[in-house]
Amino acid sequence: MADEVVQGLKTRFGAAIIEVYDKSPSRTYITVDPKGLPDVAEYLYKELGCRFSIATGMHMVGGMEILYHFALDKAHRFLNLRVILDPDKPSIESIAARIPATEWIEREMQELLGIEFRNHPDMRHLLLSDDWPTDNHPLRKDWKDWRGGDNGQK
Amino acid sequence: MSLKLKALTKSIWVFHLAASPCNNCDIEILDALTPRFDLERFGIQLVGSIRHADAILVTGSMNRKSSGVLKRVIAQAPKPCFVIALGNCSCSTEMFGKSYNETRPLDEVVPVDAYIMGCPPKPEAMIQAVVALVQAKLAASKK
Amino acid sequence: MAKSRTIIPIGPYHPLQEEPEFFKLHVEGEKVVELEIEIGYNHRGIEKLAEGLSYDQIPFLVERICGICSSSHPFAGVMATEDVAGVEIPERAKYIRTFIGELERIHSHLLWLGLAGHFLGYNTVWMWAWKYREPVLDLFELLTGNRNHYGMMKPGGVRRDFADEDIAAVVRVLDSLVKPTVMFKNVALSDPVLQARTKNVGKLSKQDCIDLGALGPTARASGVDIDVRRDHPYAAYGKVKFNVIATANGDIFDKLVVRVLEILESIEICKQCCRKLLEVKDGIDANLTDIPPGEGIGVHEAPRGEVIHYTRSDGSNRPVRYKIRAPSYMNVPTNKRAVVGYTVSDAAITLAAIDPCYCCTERTVVVEASSGKPVMTGKDLLRLSREKTEKLMGKYTSRMDKLWI
Repeated sequence: MADEVVQGLKTRFGAAIIEVYDKSPSRTYITVDPKGLPDVAEYLYKELGCRFSIATGMHMVGGMEILYHFALDKAHRFLNLRVILDPDKPSIESIAARIPATEWIEREMQELLGIEFRNHPDMRHLLLSDDWPTDNHPLRKDWKDWRGGDNGQK
Repeated sequence: MSLKLKALTKSIWVFHLAASPCNNCDIEILDALTPRFDLERFGIQLVGSIRHADAILVTGSMNRKSSGVLKRVIAQAPKPCFVIALGNCSCSTEMFGKSYNETRPLDEVVPVDAYIMGCPPKPEAMIQAVVALVQAKLAASKK
Repeated sequence: MAKSRTIIPIGPYHPLQEEPEFFKLHVEGEKVVELEIEIGYNHRGIEKLAEGLSYDQIPFLVERICGICSSSHPFAGVMATEDVAGVEIPERAKYIRTFIGELERIHSHLLWLGLAGHFLGYNTVWMWAWKYREPVLDLFELLTGNRNHYGMMKPGGVRRDFADEDIAAVVRVLDSLVKPTVMFKNVALSDPVLQARTKNVGKLSKQDCIDLGALGPTARASGVDIDVRRDHPYAAYGKVKFNVIATANGDIFDKLVVRVLEILESIEICKQCCRKLLEVKDGIDANLTDIPPGEGIGVHEAPRGEVIHYTRSDGSNRPVRYKIRAPSYMNVPTNKRAVVGYTVSDAAITLAAIDPCYCCTERTVVVEASSGKPVMTGKDLLRLSREKTEKLMGKYTSRMDKLWI
């Protein structure tokens, strides 16, 4: 089943699948073109019957990375879709309308990392207070504590 | 004043306030009500409104959202009312002191009468602390 | 990240009155028509804090995400670290980890059972469930040194070993839990008031669970047959026999049944681990010293569902990124579908049925749908729930208020 899944993705989405990294039989990381991400994600969810587990946003040296972690429970496997966005203006199409389970995590990634999720049904703060300063995203590597000092350490 | 303190030693009404805890301290407080520890046989009761409280147990660290609110809520308690920092988070922010959500220990927000250390403190420690605090205040007021 | 955390039982206390609501129920008369959810009260920025700690310090930090299933986060976390390194841990360590995870499930489900009883107005259930929970906490103290926050997990294995002489005491306590659990099960299956309060109440359909990615007993009660222990075997779960409990109706009664039956399964898993621990003595630590650059995922079936930790390493001893997702993050949004359409007196138990952060459940406000005017608080919801039970007790003969052993 392992190769079939990846083969199926490559056949269906062609150039949108940039790279496949099989770390182990249960962990596969697939780098996808951001423009193609919504369709690939929907394919995993609707046609392969994957469960959306969570997404991780990361501010890395090479760009703003998002990993969407999908669980293919019946194959004992995690298929992780990776996209790399422009770190200064990260923006990607929201998949919350297609996969309702992603609604909260997209809100969280927006407020903590500054990623824009275009056409998200309900974009507002999830964890940070509403009076949190704008354009202030704590999980970014270049985040400066506006109160002075290092992360509030006295 | 001393009449009120005398009354306190008979039956202490405790109000529980959770700021941003992991809930372990909160469960241990509730645990103190269950048959093994049975808080109520000491006359210690957990009450539903701060206006009835003789002592306030605060768990969790203060953060950006809760500091201001906590000050106002504690101000509503009728005096004398003892503020007790329960657990390492409210005594000293435990390991969350550097958080970007501005965690701080309780005594930076309101004056604290007693600290119960532990992560979480055992129910026996809590009972001992509340009783000892009241007795100490009573002894102090007699001087 | 401390999001909608897992559970916390607090009791009938008034929340921080001026706090913005966690749950805002919109009602028309008796019926709930809309639910708004606001989280973030307990946000402590743990993911960012983890970036400043080394991999062997992180289990202590993440343990304190939740007090009730406190080993579930370190469990997933150390597995994520080991996944980066691609390392296998000794078999004894796997059995110890499995044992701790299952013992925790027992205490967590008993805790929930007590809370559910409390919310329904059966304080006897609360006292009895928590009374039976105490020996489990004693076992934790005996084996790990603390009733909660046991500090057992480390990358590469476990921090403490179990002595053979303690295992006999452990098995005795586990055996003593079977009878009370079966009693709870029989009461649940036969008490007419409990059934009237929980059957067909707070129903969550299978499709709702799939759409929202619901996990754990919340999903299994609706027929979504997922369980990380079976689907992504880890630790010793591939070597012990157990059943995954799934029912079909998706109401609160089903969630109750799933949890009670899971306690019995967990007792069996623990006993199997105990037998193995008397034989398997290959060590408890793989002595992991280096985490190479790479990424890893660790998943564990916590009492509330799948916990997932992801970490990215650059070869130093600190993570570049550490992601944590607790199961309640996926389960709390299901409340929107479970609570709407039912009466306000059922709201308290429905919100509690996913086994969420009780503290957040406490911060509840009920407003009139048309005007937005607040009409009730969380305390009122509990009171309504209890009043409904009392009314039903007048209608049926309940055995719950008498001694039932």
